[in-house]
Amino acid sequence: MTATIIRVQEEDFDVGEELARLSEGTARMGAVVCFVGLVRDVAGVDAIESMTLEHYPGMTEAKLRQTVSQAEKRWPLEGCLVIHRYGHLEPRDRIVLVATASCHRDAAFEACRFVIDWLKTSAPFWKKEKSADGEYWVEQEHSDREAARRWEKD
Amino acid sequence: MKVLYFAWLRTKIGCAQEELSPPANVGDVAALMEWLKGRSPGHAEALADLSAVRAAVNQEFVSLDHVLAADDEVAMFPPITGG
Repeated sequence: MTATIIRVQEEDFDVGEELARLSEGTARMGAVVCFVGLVRDVAGVDAIESMTLEHYPGMTEAKLRQTVSQAEKRWPLEGCLVIHRYGHLEPRDRIVLVATASCHRDAAFEACRFVIDWLKTSAPFWKKEKSADGEYWVEQEHSDREAARRWEKD
Repeated sequence: MKVLYFAWLRTKIGCAQEELSPPANVGDVAALMEWLKGRSPGHAEALADLSAVRAAVNQEFVSLDHVLAADDEVAMFPPITGG
């Protein structure tokens, strides 16, 4: 049985506590890989003071569930966790946590990379950054689309 | 039909969602967007360049030629930037 945890929340999360929760009640996990996305204080030449993340309640959770279920089909996972924050965030704040657990490390590493790449182009979130120049909506990165696309090849 | 707006489409249009009954000749998402432009200057500005706008119907991404039903939930937004 695979442990799946998906949460979209305004509040911060504790990585250690979340990883402990993922592996609760099972000794089959030989490897857990986690990715933590943080707010940077730079975007191009501008210093970022804060960021607001908006999302589409309902569709966001559905898209995260679809992404995780794709990962579970492609790799023999024992567990998968995705927590994504929304609302007001400041530099150094955690935005997203993806953790994947498997018997062996290869599947855990690959699945973790897949989930974060896929999430970036399939979960309906929009970032608005605030710098000294004012607030502006962030445009989609070409590199993010390419990162997601490379998983379509196989 | 419920229409939702996100990110700069929401701020330009000035509301997050509206309940609308478009006329019968509004058959797909692109036609809905064209029809919405006539509702207010904010709508017209937000939907001026449809190449910058993405859509979802009933919480699934669709192309702008997706055919609409009267009770659909239609969302309009810029390309997503999460993670």
